[in-house]
Amino acid sequence: MEAMSGITGYLRPNGGFGIRNHVLVLATVSCVTGVIQRIAREVPEAVCVPHAWGCGRGGLRDVQVLLRVLAGMVHHPNVGAVVLIGLGCEVSNTKTLAAVIGDAGKPIEVLNVQEDGGSLATARKGAAAARRLLEHLSTQRRVPLSWDKVFAGMECGGSDAMSGVTANVAIGSVADWLVEQGATVIFGENTEMIGTAHVLARRAKNEAVARQIEQLIDRAERLTHDIMGDMASLVISPGNMDGGMSTIAEKAMGSICKGGTSTINQVVDYGEPPTEHGLILQDGPGYDGDSMTGLAVSGAQLLFFSTGRGTPAGFPGLPVIKVASNSRVYAAMPDDMDVNAGALIEGKPRAALRDEMIDLMVRVINGEPTQAERHGMDVFTFMTVHPPF
Amino acid sequence: MKANILVIHPCDNVAVVLTALAAGETAVAAGIEGLTAVSDIPASHKIALADIAAGGAVIKYGETVAVSTRDIKKGEWVHTHNLESKRWKR
Repeated sequence: MEAMSGITGYLRPNGGFGIRNHVLVLATVSCVTGVIQRIAREVPEAVCVPHAWGCGRGGLRDVQVLLRVLAGMVHHPNVGAVVLIGLGCEVSNTKTLAAVIGDAGKPIEVLNVQEDGGSLATARKGAAAARRLLEHLSTQRRVPLSWDKVFAGMECGGSDAMSGVTANVAIGSVADWLVEQGATVIFGENTEMIGTAHVLARRAKNEAVARQIEQLIDRAERLTHDIMGDMASLVISPGNMDGGMSTIAEKAMGSICKGGTSTINQVVDYGEPPTEHGLILQDGPGYDGDSMTGLAVSGAQLLFFSTGRGTPAGFPGLPVIKVASNSRVYAAMPDDMDVNAGALIEGKPRAALRDEMIDLMVRVINGEPTQAERHGMDVFTFMTVHPPF
Repeated sequence: MKANILVIHPCDNVAVVLTALAAGETAVAAGIEGLTAVSDIPASHKIALADIAAGGAVIKYGETVAVSTRDIKKGEWVHTHNLESKRWKR
């Protein structure tokens, strides 16, 4: 396996590495969505990210997450340059955001619709800026990358009865391999950890991390009860049971096994970058889009994503390697799937599948697009805790 | 013969049935010998790899995922009728 570890990336001024070198055109607020869409039509090579947030939520936690996510997208190592499109009067306006971003070590061009001549003029200036930055990035070259600089996120969504048997087990074996190479692996989805506190806490690096794991799962469980009341048990649904899952712990094991079996070195908040290497656990929601954003903003350069029912979801600026849990969905959604873990059902040895996934990961790190990347299936949403005002 | 069950972890006492088994059918996987389904078991459900005494741990992923509520025989379907959650009663 070591023989094929020739991986490359883009060295960033802070010593980190990107495995892509994108121009990110990022909205600060939902109001400028149309401007971002116009730029996307004019400059399809840029990663253009409109979203539904940026204002209208006053809770401190929501503002913290909003600023952390937008700043984190700007800081992301796969992003080489940024065009920030603001409105002017929003909570996450470009001035407030600039202070949170600080020195990103990359060119950032800032436009505001209220100051730059309205929507069309801003779109025109934004497209010109994006083209200029693409030209600038085209001179940068890949350099050799070592595995200890690789950071992968593990996600599952649109799960079926085989997700926890084939795809997540396969992803977990890649997670273990990555940790052995000195890389960083992160997984989240706190609601899917309910029932496994004893398992995850036992794998914690030390007592402090074990307590954090127990607390985060306890919070997730209480939140589930607060929101769903007597329906909380539906976290394991009749459909899950028809599929053969008998308890919440069994269902949760099928989810957390995608993180592999390594020692858990750190627990991080939603979107918070870890300071440790190895396996990291994120206190974030299970909803696919929100979860992917948390993992990406924590610094993951690529994601593995298992699915049994089938989802096309990718993420802006990150390769997402889609792992089908069964051969039926792999065949039914050929433009969306990258790996068929359903082959395990047909008798493929687990080691062979793992090696195939590592081989694909190496090619993806070196620039080969995943299906979601190739077809532009970006999803960008993030966690909120309060309703809008 | 082609495998029709999948053992996730070497410590497990249940395996996942890949294609529905009828009572009397042989369950096949690498390292598993002399296992016969003693009840009908739907695809993606669990088969006991060994006898599990009442109150014993049901082990999958190498971890306890449930506790049996009665004696479960090797080859039997393992599901909500013969186990319970250590946690929420589902």
